[in-house]
Amino acid sequence: MSEATLQHAAYDSKVEGNVIFTRVDTAINWMRKNSLWPMPMGLACCAIELMGTGASRYDIARFGAEVMRFSPRQADVMIVAGTVTYKMALAVKRVWDQMPGPKWCIAMGACASSGGMYRSYAVLQGIDNLIPVDVYVSGCPPRPEALLEGLMKLQDKIAESESSQAHFKSEASV
Amino acid sequence: MSASSIEALKSEFGEAILDTVEFRGEHTAIVEKARAKEILAHCRDELSYDYLLDISSLDNFGEEPRWEMVYELYTLGNGEYTHLRIKYKLGEEEKADSVSQLWPTAEWHEREVYDMMGIEFEGLADHRRILMWEGFPYFPLRKDFPLAGRPSEMPDVAFSDRAPLAGGPFVTSPTSDSTVHREPRSREMD
Repeated sequence: MSEATLQHAAYDSKVEGNVIFTRVDTAINWMRKNSLWPMPMGLACCAIELMGTGASRYDIARFGAEVMRFSPRQADVMIVAGTVTYKMALAVKRVWDQMPGPKWCIAMGACASSGGMYRSYAVLQGIDNLIPVDVYVSGCPPRPEALLEGLMKLQDKIAESESSQAHFKSEASV
Repeated sequence: MSASSIEALKSEFGEAILDTVEFRGEHTAIVEKARAKEILAHCRDELSYDYLLDISSLDNFGEEPRWEMVYELYTLGNGEYTHLRIKYKLGEEEKADSVSQLWPTAEWHEREVYDMMGIEFEGLADHRRILMWEGFPYFPLRKDFPLAGRPSEMPDVAFSDRAPLAGGPFVTSPTSDSTVHREPRSREMD
């Protein structure tokens, strides 16, 4: 037999339906965006809506983000839900710093986004003063649908990221 | 019951009860600072005000004496609404007398008064801040502290900054003056 026939014989037609051709980026992004493990940073009433989002009626598990990790080391996305006081601010930053990359942040509600109605001596005017925020969710507090929309926006953002290139360039830059 | 308490206090302490106020069934006794703790102890032991609802303080900025302490007393267990308020004034340099030996709950209330207003307490064992962090340099409920706050920095502990008020603060002051005076645009008084 010729060499070409041998190679052809190595191809097993039974696996044909189980093979998917894709780009590495797409595959990585698909895995990442559908298994976002949130770090719930519940600081005020937004945390109640966050719990509502996690419960059966709205069911954040539909988006693969039901695994609320109360350890920052196992989390991918920090959902800052509530009023960040100056006293709490550096603790939030510290938890954020302990999360391994790649990581994302959702500022849930008016307070986390901008200080909200608390134009006050005691409240940090938006968590983006300390940590980079990917998605801002408006509302006071936002309804669970709004948070889910924010999560889907984050998924869209992850889907467009160049994960493998970023990985090969520098792990720290992710 | 509260009215009879006022009478009892008047007959017991006489001159030390400077004034009494009744408003919609609530009785307030304004007393001398020097005898305030003694009067509060009398209320607890003899007049059965065994429950301290709250301690708060007022800042009469621009007046002398500046501070005013307010004690809210209550009787548990007799099914009646027996509420008595004891007030006294003290100057800016004075210390208030701690009542944490009379009601243990007073400790937290007094720490809050210290934290927010900066009034210190004679005899308070634990003189730490309770809401703001240890090392925060201001007393934020004082009238001369701006609503927007002031910048401060405690490395690795906390920081604070001025909040954008966009033309505010939109607060009103009780006065018979014009609207402009009732709504001061800024409370910054450095």
